[in-house]
Amino acid sequence: MVPCPCCKKHIPDSMDTRMTNPKVAVLSGKGGTGKTLLAVNLAEVAGRSLYLDCDVEEPNGHLFFRPAELETQAIQVKIPQIDADLCDGCKICVDFCKFNALAFAGSKWILFEEICHSCGGCTLVCPQHALSERDKTIGQVQNGISEQVCVYSGFLNPGEASGIPIIKKLLAETRTADTAVIIDCPPGSACIVMESIKDADYCLLVAEPTIFGAHNLQMVHELVTLFHKPCGVVLNKCQAGDNPSERYCVEHDLPIVGRIDFDPVLGRLNSDGKIAARVSGTYNQRFSVIWQTILEETQLETAINS
Amino acid sequence: MKVAMPVNGQSMQDEVCESFGRAPFFLFYDTESEVPNFVDNVAAKSRGGAGIQAAQSLVDAAADVLLTPRCGENAAEVLAAANVAVYKTEGRSIEANLEAFGNGSLPLLQETHPGFHGHQND
Ligand code: SF4
Ligand code: SF4
Repeated sequence: MVPCPCCKKHIPDSMDTRMTNPKVAVLSGKGGTGKTLLAVNLAEVAGRSLYLDCDVEEPNGHLFFRPAELETQAIQVKIPQIDADLCDGCKICVDFCKFNALAFAGSKWILFEEICHSCGGCTLVCPQHALSERDKTIGQVQNGISEQVCVYSGFLNPGEASGIPIIKKLLAETRTADTAVIIDCPPGSACIVMESIKDADYCLLVAEPTIFGAHNLQMVHELVTLFHKPCGVVLNKCQAGDNPSERYCVEHDLPIVGRIDFDPVLGRLNSDGKIAARVSGTYNQRFSVIWQTILEETQLETAINS
Repeated sequence: MKVAMPVNGQSMQDEVCESFGRAPFFLFYDTESEVPNFVDNVAAKSRGGAGIQAAQSLVDAAADVLLTPRCGENAAEVLAAANVAVYKTEGRSIEANLEAFGNGSLPLLQETHPGFHGHQND
């Protein structure tokens, strides 16, 4: 047994360590496209791997992996607190806060905690030194092990302003990892998604075969282009007939690295919380092919860039 | 008494604005002198927390009363801290609402809606 480099837990040493350990971010324009399905199954077929669930408002990956040896860590941010005796009501802090998380009314200093982005500015600008910082828990990071996969999940408490501190904590795990990393990103294209793909070597976009699917694909494609990230597409829920997402890929020279056909069997495995590549030989094979294609793509990128 | 109202334009013929925090202008109406004063709502363009900022500007302008169709819970908290009474407008006419308020026939605004917690812009 050797300890896993990222979580220090024990995994059997018979497993192959690959030559290349890319960090692959899995994205989609909205939820429900199969993003988690893909991320979970790729982590499963990647040999030893690190799976990071950055979809902190709705982390689902752990429901499939059911990781054991769980460890939980609270994630805290700094928010301001006041010493009312020192405050003279100048409102400099209120004017400073560009998120409008502060107010001063009727000789009362008011902080709206769920709007505060923990920038620390108000504490710095207060001429009376009436403000100081205190810790506030906004969520947690859980980690555990599921066969060969090291599973990390971020949970943001409901109503909190930003999950970015949790994502930063999750991504910090990738720095010491010597295995492939699969990053299950939040849906959409907001700043929280940008944070999630910043360190990725490769972005995998998951798209549904509808007009809306193609539109969502375009959204995330524009985002990853902005970051100059190499990317490829997996077409999910494919059926006979026209696939607008496929058309988008062809028109924009976007490599299609895999196709997953619409299949009630897969749907059932998924809704039962089973990892298809773990319980089905056929699907293990199919996801392995996609993973190999991604590996080739990333190696190609490395070759071009070096 | 200084009465504040979110409005769509800068004349008494304009209408009450459906939004509080995002209203383009505020009318401040002095019930003694009966002089209307229209000012830009600085919060209208803010990325998040517009209701809080708008409420703060009303408090800073020493408004006693706010007449509005709706108000977020965060803004309501700021207004309550400064004892600004909040009444619910009826219909879109500025003058009719000022008159109704003068007669004491406007109800207090009972419901506040939850804020968006800045999420819409994140
Ligand atoms: S820490 Fe920053 S965001 Fe939070 S209240 Fe202070 S100035 Fe506003
Ligand atoms: S800047 Fe300091 S003194 Fe001024 S209102 Fe804020 S907390 Fe009070």
